[in-house]
Amino acid sequence: MNKVVENVEEACKDITSGVTIMLGGFGLCGIPENAIAELVKKSITDLTCISNNAGVDDFGLGLLLQKHQIKKMISSYVGENDEFERQMLSGELEVDLIPQGSLAERCRAGGAGIPAFFTPAGYGTEVAEGKEVREFNGKPHILESALTADFAIVKAWKGDTAGNLIYKATAKNFNPMMAMAGKITIAEVEELVPAGELNPNEIHTPGIFVQRIFQGETYEKRIEQRTVRTK
Amino acid sequence: MLSKTEIAQRIAQELQDGWYVNLGIGIPTLVANYIPEGIEVEFQSENGILGMGPFPFDGEEDADLINAGKQTITALPGAVYFDSATSFAMIRGQHVQLTVLGAMEVSETGDIANWKIPGRMVKGMGGAMDLVASAENIVVAMMHTNKKGESKLLKSCSLPLTGVGCVKKIVTNLAVLEVIPGKGFQLLERAPGVSVEEIQKATAGTLIVEGEIPEMKL
Repeated sequence: MNKVVENVEEACKDITSGVTIMLGGFGLCGIPENAIAELVKKSITDLTCISNNAGVDDFGLGLLLQKHQIKKMISSYVGENDEFERQMLSGELEVDLIPQGSLAERCRAGGAGIPAFFTPAGYGTEVAEGKEVREFNGKPHILESALTADFAIVKAWKGDTAGNLIYKATAKNFNPMMAMAGKITIAEVEELVPAGELNPNEIHTPGIFVQRIFQGETYEKRIEQRTVRTK
Repeated sequence: MLSKTEIAQRIAQELQDGWYVNLGIGIPTLVANYIPEGIEVEFQSENGILGMGPFPFDGEEDADLINAGKQTITALPGAVYFDSATSFAMIRGQHVQLTVLGAMEVSETGDIANWKIPGRMVKGMGGAMDLVASAENIVVAMMHTNKKGESKLLKSCSLPLTGVGCVKKIVTNLAVLEVIPGKGFQLLERAPGVSVEEIQKATAGTLIVEGEIPEMKL
């Protein structure tokens, strides 16, 4: 099945104000750079974004925050972004902070048809407020619900025309689960190849989860904390 | 009194052969530099790598290869990459034997607070809540007092909690302590040149001192 769309404009054409979007990535690693740039260009607003982080001030989701396009963020860690902190503390931005493992599992559950699950993470903290608590094996757990989104936008290293995806190194992070949890999943890849060229043994995300795929025009791949040792 | 590097050095003595270990951001990251000779451990970073190696040489950084602190890293032979759900399955499923993380406050019942200062700092909990809720073996690496000189070892935490009753051991610039549920912080070792009285003065929670307290060896 051919999932290829011409370009990023085509891939994002029906993303409108007010929708919920999942965006893959951890920090600036493995983020869908081209699609984020397109969302900025489209100037749509009132977005609910589900993403582990919120980018930095001038890259990643920080670009959408600067233009006040995001109404609500669902994330686990949002440090390193002054504009985010300012909008959150002033109440302009609605923020739902959830433990990273719960965020990953909630996306996975959303894509896997599991409505909710119990986890020990967050028990006894403000994360547990209003949630059902149940004891298993003598230990308290809280009920967390699945997450889905109108659109999931993921970034992969290689993809084929059937939508099969392979990620590189730690750029995998949230991308595979989010790919499963989008009503429409858009994959942008560094290299797009004809179906049959990827080794089926090495595919991470099966094409069934992907509705649209395109090759990104350029990748800046900015490094957030460049850390090196001396020879 | 220990430096931050020496705190990491002391925690490294806790490592055991064959362990998978998750190191948090800050002082915990430094633990990887002091693996005792003759043992093999593997480091997990919750953004999706097992078999994490040292920082890359200048010019060899890969934007697709980072740790949970978003620093560029390398992968050792035998390393593996995985998605975030698999990563936290390792953590929640207790396949990781030791977690080392920093804290703003620890209570004498083992509660930990390290993710939020209401109205002032909101960075989020990241993977810390999952880690502390599941790990069987949690060591906290931190300074004994905060910048204002106030104790970080309290009767009960004043900041929003990250986890409840989970901290087992604490290594600070002054001491090594163990949390004894229902009793308090048991003093195990003193930092070189630091007296029991000084540790007592810097500890707001209940400090249990039994017998002669040895000086830690680095």
